[in-house]
Amino acid sequence: MKKYDAIIIGAGHNGLTNGAYLAKAGLNVLVVEKNAYIGGAAVSRELENGWIYSNCSYVSSMLRQTIHRDLNLTKHGLVLVPYLGTVNFGDNGKPLIHYHDGNVGYNHLRQHSAHDADSMFKFQADLTRYAQLIRKTLMRTPPNPTSFKPRDIKELLWLAKQFWGLGEKELYEYMRFFTTSAEEFLDDYFENDLIKAAMASPGIIGTALGVYSPGSAYILLHHVMGDVDGNIGAWGLARGGMGAISNAIASAFKGFGGEIRTNAGVQQVLVENGKAVGVVLENGDELRANIVVSNLDAKRTFTKCMDKKDLPPGIYEKAKNFKIRGSSGKVNIALSGLPKFTNLPDNKFINQGGQGFVGSLETMERAYDCWKHGLFSDDPFIETVIPSAWDPTVAPPGKHWMSCFVQYCPPVLANGGWNAKQKEAFGQSVIDKIERYSPGFKDLIVHKEIRTPVEIENEVGLTEGNIFQGELTIDQLLFNRPFPGYAQYRMPIKNMYMCGASTHPGGGVSAACGANAAREILMDLRKPNTVPEDSFYDE
Amino acid sequence: MNTLMNSNHDLAAAYEDEQLQVTHFHARSSKFNIREAWTAWNGYKFADYYYDAQYEYFCVRNSCATYDICPMQKYYITGKDAMTMLNRLVTRDISKLNINRVTYLCWCTDDGRMIDDGTVFRLSEDKYMLTSGSPCIAWFKKAAVGYDDVEVTDVSDEIAALAFQGPTSCEVLKKMGLEGIENLKPFNIMHFPFKGDSDKKLTISRTGFTGDLGYELWIDPSQALDLWDELYLAGEDYNIHPYGETALNMARIEAGFILPGTEFNEALKTVHLHHDQTPFELNLGWLVDFKKPHFNGRTALLKDKTDGPEYTLVKLDIDGNKAADDSYLYDSKKCKNHIGYITSTMWSPVVKANIALAMVKTKYIKGQIWAEIYYSKEIRPKQKIVECTVVNKPFWAPARARATPPLRY
Ligand SMILES: Cc1cc2nc3c(=O)[nH]c(=O)nc-3n(C[C@H](O)[C@H](O)[C@H](O)COP(=O)(O)OP(=O)(O)OC[C@H]3O[C@@H](n4cnc5c(N)ncnc54)[C@H](O)[C@@H]3O)c2cc1C
Repeated sequence: MKKYDAIIIGAGHNGLTNGAYLAKAGLNVLVVEKNAYIGGAAVSRELENGWIYSNCSYVSSMLRQTIHRDLNLTKHGLVLVPYLGTVNFGDNGKPLIHYHDGNVGYNHLRQHSAHDADSMFKFQADLTRYAQLIRKTLMRTPPNPTSFKPRDIKELLWLAKQFWGLGEKELYEYMRFFTTSAEEFLDDYFENDLIKAAMASPGIIGTALGVYSPGSAYILLHHVMGDVDGNIGAWGLARGGMGAISNAIASAFKGFGGEIRTNAGVQQVLVENGKAVGVVLENGDELRANIVVSNLDAKRTFTKCMDKKDLPPGIYEKAKNFKIRGSSGKVNIALSGLPKFTNLPDNKFINQGGQGFVGSLETMERAYDCWKHGLFSDDPFIETVIPSAWDPTVAPPGKHWMSCFVQYCPPVLANGGWNAKQKEAFGQSVIDKIERYSPGFKDLIVHKEIRTPVEIENEVGLTEGNIFQGELTIDQLLFNRPFPGYAQYRMPIKNMYMCGASTHPGGGVSAACGANAAREILMDLRKPNTVPEDSFYDE
Repeated sequence: MNTLMNSNHDLAAAYEDEQLQVTHFHARSSKFNIREAWTAWNGYKFADYYYDAQYEYFCVRNSCATYDICPMQKYYITGKDAMTMLNRLVTRDISKLNINRVTYLCWCTDDGRMIDDGTVFRLSEDKYMLTSGSPCIAWFKKAAVGYDDVEVTDVSDEIAALAFQGPTSCEVLKKMGLEGIENLKPFNIMHFPFKGDSDKKLTISRTGFTGDLGYELWIDPSQALDLWDELYLAGEDYNIHPYGETALNMARIEAGFILPGTEFNEALKTVHLHHDQTPFELNLGWLVDFKKPHFNGRTALLKDKTDGPEYTLVKLDIDGNKAADDSYLYDSKKCKNHIGYITSTMWSPVVKANIALAMVKTKYIKGQIWAEIYYSKEIRPKQKIVECTVVNKPFWAPARARATPPLRY
C-alpha cells in the first residue's frame, strides 16, 4: 500500500494551502475531502442553471496577499475585484452611505452628524493602528507563554515589543479592546445611532455575541484587519465566487504534485503507539502517512474523528467545551434583475455595492435576544452583497444574485429541531426584511438557497455552523487557540497537526492558518521552510 | 487687473481661445466625468479618470470599458508608392502586410533613434492608416519626398475612434449585432454597415493597448455619438464604463507596453545626446528587419545590434509593495554601482505584485538587481533597498486575449 508523507483531512482553503506548502517542500501529500467538491466554506456552486453562488463566505479581504503572490494564485486563475459603495439602512429614514471618495463620504456623514463626520477620522486612525498590530501576527506562530524554549521567548519578546510600540496609553486602550463591547468602543467616537449601528455590525458577524456583549469589539477588528491592495478594511470579490480562491490554491497544490481525493470522508484518525499513522475513510479504506493534518475544527477533530482512548486525558473535554456556537445563517438568492432600494439615488456605485440592513443597535440586540432563546428574529441583521453587479461570470447578463448573511440564526430551535417549514420561514424573514427596503424584491426571486447552521454543519462540517471554526474571543485567540498549550499547530498526539480556522489566526478566508501549520510541520520534519514571511503595506 | 474683477466681464469669452479642444465623444463621455478629472492629450481635453481610476482599471480586467482615442494621431498614406515609402520609413517589413491586417511598428531617425511607435492598418491595396501617440506629420511629409505617387494626409480629426477593451467586450459587440465579430483574429480588421446602413461604415480592429481581449472601433465623426449610444446600450448588462489615462497606464504596464515620455524620449524632441533610445534598447529588436530593403536608421541600427545596446528595457518584479517611482537600480544591496533606472512602476492589483519597467545596463541584466526606493510614511521620508527579479513574459497575458473566438469571459 502506498504511504504518503502527509494526509490532510479536508479540502477547505486552509487544508489546500497547507498541502501546497508541504508539497512545495517536496512532500508526497494527499488531501481527502468528504464532499464531491473542494473548498469547504470558500466554495462556489451552480445550484440554479447560470447562477454561481458563493454558498458560504462571500467577500475577501483577509486572504494574505503574500500567499496569493507566493503561490502565484493569479496564474492559477484567481482575480480579486474590489467593489465600491456600501449602504447601511436604519430602521427608517435616510440610509448611511459609504462613498468611495473621501470628500464625498465626508459630506454625506455630515448630513447625519457633523460631530461624527469629524470623529470618523480619529476612529479610522485608531482602528488602523489596532488592526496593524494584529495583522503583523497573522503569519506568525503564537509563542507558548509558559515555555522556556528560546524560540518561544524570542517570539514573546517580539509580541511584547509590538504592544509596547503602541505607547503606554494606547496599550491600555488595546487591552480594553479585547474585552469591551462594540457598542462601548464606538460610544467614545460617535453620537449618531445609525453610524454606531453600521460600525458595530462587523462586531457581531459570525459570533454568538451581541453589540453590547463584551468581546464584540475584537470581532469588529477581525473584520477590518484585512485589505484589498493595501486599503485596510476594504473588501473585494473573488471573480467566479469564493470557490475561485480554493480552486486556485488547489491548482497550485497539484502543480507541486499534490493529490486530492473527493468523496473521501474520514471516519477516524488512525493512531498506533500514541502516534498518528493515517486515516480510515468512511468507506473503510485505510490510508497511511507519516503525519496527519486536520483541516476540521478542533471540536470535530477530537470528538468526531478520533477514538477517545487515543487521546491523552483531558483533551476530549477541552474539545467538547471548545466554544463553537452557531449563530449565523445564509440565504443566497438568484434574481431576475437588480433590486432597487428606496431612499437611494440611482447611482450604480452605491446601490449595487454592499448593503447592511442594520436597523439600529437596539434592533441588532433584539435579534441577539431571539438567538439566546433559540429563535430567529423577524427583524434580523442582514449583510448583503450583489456579486453579479461586479462580476460578469456569476449570473447570466442582466440577471443577478444576492448573498445575504444573516445574524442571528440558532443551531437548535427552542421549539424543536429545524425542519423544512421552519427553514423556509427563516428564509422568508430575510426576504421580508429586504422587501421592506426594496419593494418588488420578492418578484425578482428566481431561486434561493436557505442555509441555517444545520446545513452549514452538514455540508462544510463546521460544528454548529460556526463560521470561524470556533469563537474569536480572547480565551480562544493567539496562544489560546484552539486550546492553551496547543496553539502551535501540533496536537496532543504525535505526528498529528491542525491547520484549519480553529487555529491562529482564526476564521476567515486568509490561508494563514494553513500556511502557518505548514511552517511548523516542515520544521519538525527538518525540511526547508517553503512558507514566505508576510509583507505589508504599512511597514 | 481690474477687468478680471469686473463682474460684467465675460470670462468664458475672454479665455475661449485657451479652451482645449473636445473629442467627438465628449458630449457623452463628459457626462461620466463626475469628478471633473481632466487632463490633456494632443490639444484635446482628456480624462485622467471618470469616477475612480481603480474601478476603471478593473472594468478593463473584469468586464469592459471604452477609451477615447480621438486624440491619437491618424494618417492616411495612399498611392501606388505607399507601401515602398512606408517600408522605407519604418523598421519592420510591411511589404507582406495583407489587406485588413494591422501591425505594430516603430520609426527611427537615420541615427537609429526612435521617433515614435504606432500601428499601421492596411485598408486597401494602396491605402494605409498609420497611428501614433504624438503628431508626426512633419516627419512623414519629409519621408515621402522623392516618391512619385504617395500622399500623406492627417485624418486625426476626421475619424472618431474608441478603444473597447475587456473580457466581455466581444460579447457586447455581438449583442450590438456585429455578426461574426467573434471570428475576428488579433490584428485583423472587419467592416460592418453601422446600424444596418451600408452607407455608414463601422470599422473594427482587434487591437488595443491593455494586453487584454479588446477592439478598436473606427467611424465617421457624424456617427460618433450614435456609436457610443449603441455600444453603451448593448454594454449595460456587461458593466461598460469609460476609462481614463490613469487606468490605461496601469493596464499597459501590466501588458509590458511602452509609452513616449516614460520608457522612451521621442528622438526629434530630445535635447541631450543619446537621451533618446534605439529599438534594441527598448527590447523591440523584433521590430527591426535587416532583410528588407534599406530603411531609415538601418546602418546605425545594424551597429547597435552588433555592438549590443548599452541599456535594455526589462520587466521587473520588485520585492515588497512600495512603488519604486523614479528609483535607481544597483547591482548589489550596497548600492555602489548604479546600473539603471525605473521608468514605470505600479502595484498590480490582478497579479498582486509590485511590477515595473526599467532600463538596465545590458551587461548587468543577468546579475542581481536592487532598487533603492524612497517613500513616505505619514510625511516622514523612508528608504528601502529591495531585490528585483527580471520577468520575461508580460505580467498579464490572459489566454482570452489571443484566442479566436475569445474564451468565455
Ligand atoms: C456562511 C459563512 C459565511 C462566511 N463569510 C465569510 C466571508 O465573507 N469572508 C471571509 O473571509 N470568511 C467568511 N467566512 C469564514 C470562512 O469561510 C471560514 O473561516 C474559512 O473558509 C474556513 O476555512 P478552513 O479551510 O479553515 O475550513 P473549512 O472551510 O471549514 O474546511 C473544512 C473542510 O473539511 C471537510 N471535512 C469536514 N469533515 C470531514 C471529514 N470527516 N473528512 C474529510 N473532510 C471533511 C469539509 O467538507 C471542508 O471542505 C464565512 C463562513 C461561513 C460558514
